[in-house]
Amino acid sequence: MNAQLAGRIAQVVPTLLLVSLLVFCLQHLMPGDPAIVLAGEERGDPVVLAQIRAELWLDRPLPLQYWHWIGQIAHGDFGISWHTREPIAKLIAQKLPVTLQVGGMAFVIAVLIGVPAGIVAAVCRGKVWDYAATAAALAGLSTPNFWLGIMLILLLSVHLGWLPPSGFVPPSEDWRQSLATTIMPAFVLGNAIAAILMRHTRSAMLTAMSQDFVRTARAKGLSEMGVIVGHALRNALLPVVTLGALELGTLLSGAVLTEQVFSIPGFGKMIVDAVFNRDYPVVQGVVLVTAFLTVMLNLAADILYVVINPRLRDG
Amino acid sequence: MADRTIGPRYEALARFLERRVAVAALAVIVLFVLAAVFAPLLAPYDPTATSWSAIRKAPSVAHWMGTDENGRDVLSRVIFGARASLLAGAVAVAIAAGIGLPAGLLAGFARGWIDAVLSRIVDAVLACPFLILAIALAAILGPNLTNAMIAIGISSAPRFMRVARAATLEAAALEYVEAARAIGNPPWRVAVFHVLPNIVPPVLVQATLAIAAAIIAEASLSFLGLGQQPPDPSWGSMLNAAQRFLTQAPWLAVFPGLAIFLCVLSFNLVGDGLRDALDPRA
Repeated sequence: MNAQLAGRIAQVVPTLLLVSLLVFCLQHLMPGDPAIVLAGEERGDPVVLAQIRAELWLDRPLPLQYWHWIGQIAHGDFGISWHTREPIAKLIAQKLPVTLQVGGMAFVIAVLIGVPAGIVAAVCRGKVWDYAATAAALAGLSTPNFWLGIMLILLLSVHLGWLPPSGFVPPSEDWRQSLATTIMPAFVLGNAIAAILMRHTRSAMLTAMSQDFVRTARAKGLSEMGVIVGHALRNALLPVVTLGALELGTLLSGAVLTEQVFSIPGFGKMIVDAVFNRDYPVVQGVVLVTAFLTVMLNLAADILYVVINPRLRDG
Repeated sequence: MADRTIGPRYEALARFLERRVAVAALAVIVLFVLAAVFAPLLAPYDPTATSWSAIRKAPSVAHWMGTDENGRDVLSRVIFGARASLLAGAVAVAIAAGIGLPAGLLAGFARGWIDAVLSRIVDAVLACPFLILAIALAAILGPNLTNAMIAIGISSAPRFMRVARAATLEAAALEYVEAARAIGNPPWRVAVFHVLPNIVPPVLVQATLAIAAAIIAEASLSFLGLGQQPPDPSWGSMLNAAQRFLTQAPWLAVFPGLAIFLCVLSFNLVGDGLRDALDPRA
C-alpha cells in the first residue's frame, strides 16, 4: 500500500508544477504591463518603471521570472492586487472561508438528497421511484444553477418573503441570519452535485446488491432493510464518498455563478469582479488556488479510498 | 433483433430509434436548430428594436412572452438567442474535439513519453475548474461571443483527449489492428484508418454531452457579461438583465431559462440515448 500511495503522491508534484507553469503562461498572455499599472500617476517616469520592473523581476529572462514567482508563491506571496493594492493572499484569506461555508453546506445538502435518492432508485430499480429519481437527476444536471437561483429568489423571496434575496452575514455576527442568507445559495450549489451523487449511489448500490455477500445475507434470513443498510449500502458508500470529493471543481465553478446571483462576497465573486476590474494578478491567484485545492483534494480522496478499502490496503 | 446482413451502424441506429425519449429529445433539438436558422422568418419582431411604449409588458397576444426593460419582444429575443447558444455549443465542441481527438489518438497510440507528457498536461488543465478556466481565458481574450466559444472549447478539450485516449488504448489492442501493423502499414496509417473509426462512437457520445455543457457554459459567461454583448440577444445575458426586474417583470427571467433548460436537457437525453445505443454492453 505504501508504495502505491507514495507513487500517487509523487504524481502530484509534476502536476502542480505544470499547473503553475500554465498559470505563469496565462499571466504573460494577459494584456497590460504590470509596471505601468503599478506606477499609477508616475507611469510616465522611466526611472520609476525600471525600478518597479527590477523589483518584480520583470527585467529578467522568463525562466528566472518563473523561478522567482514560484519561490514567492511557496512563501504564500501571490503579489498585490492592481485594483485595491492589497496583498492577494490577504484577499483570498478573506473570501475563501465564505465560499467554503456555502460550499460545505451545499455538499451536506447534496449528500442528504443525492444518497437517499440513489438508494431508493437502486432498490426500486425499474419502478416509478427509480424513473422519478433518474429524471430528477437529469433535470438537475440540465438546469443552469444561476437560473435555478433566480427562480428560487422569485418564489421564496419575492413572492413568499421567507428568505432574504441576497447578501451575506458571517456566522460569527449572527448565525441565524447567516443561515438565512446562505441556505438558498447552498441549495442551488448542491443541486447539481446531488444529481451526480444520486447517479453514483444508484450504480454503486446496484453493483453491491448483485454481489455474493448480499445473496448470502439474504439467505441467512436477514430482513430486506438489514440487507440494504447493513451490507449493500456499507459497500456502496465508499466509492460514492470519494467520487463526491472529486466534485470540488463543480462546486467552485458553480460558486462563481451562485455568488453572483446572491451577491455573496466569496471566492467566485472575487474572480468575476477581478475580470471586470482588469485585476489580472487576482484572476491568476484564484486560478492557481482553485487548481491547487482540486489537486490536493483529489489526492486526499485517493488516499482515503485506499485507507478505507481493506481490499486495497493489503495490496 | 436485427437482420444478420445489417451492419453495426444500422443496429446502433435501430437501438437509438427504439428509445422514444431520446428520439423526442432529438426532435426538440431539430426544432431549436430550425428556430435558430430561420430566426428572421419566425421571430414576430426585430429582437433589438426598442419600443418606449411597450416597456416591461406582461405576456399578451401581441407579445407571447412579454417585453423587456427596453420594450423589446422577449419571444423574438429567445428565438434569436438560440443562435448564440447553438453556435456556441457547436463551435466550442468542434474546437475541443479538434484539439482533444488528435491529442488523445496520439497519446493512446504512441504511448511512452508522448503519452506521459500529454496526460500530465491534461491533468494540469483539468485541475482548474472548467468555468473558472473559461472565465480566465475569456478575460484574456476579451469579452465577446467568439472569444467565449474559444475559451469554452479550450477548457473542454482535456475531456475529449481522455475519452479518445482510453478508446484508442482499447482499439489498439484489437486483433485486426495488430494484423494491420503486421502487414507493414506505417503507424500513422494504422492510427488514422484502423484505430480512428473505432474511437468515433465514444467521442460522439462525449461530443453530444459536451454540447450540453458548452451551452450552459456560454449562458453562464453571457450571464456574467463575458459572452454575447448587448444588444444582441443571448439566453444568458437576458437572464442577467432579468435579475434587475424580478419584482416588476418576473416573466423576463422565466422564458430564457426555460429555453436553456429544454435545450440542454435534450442534448443530455440524446447523449445518454447514443451511449446506450452505441455500447450495448453498458
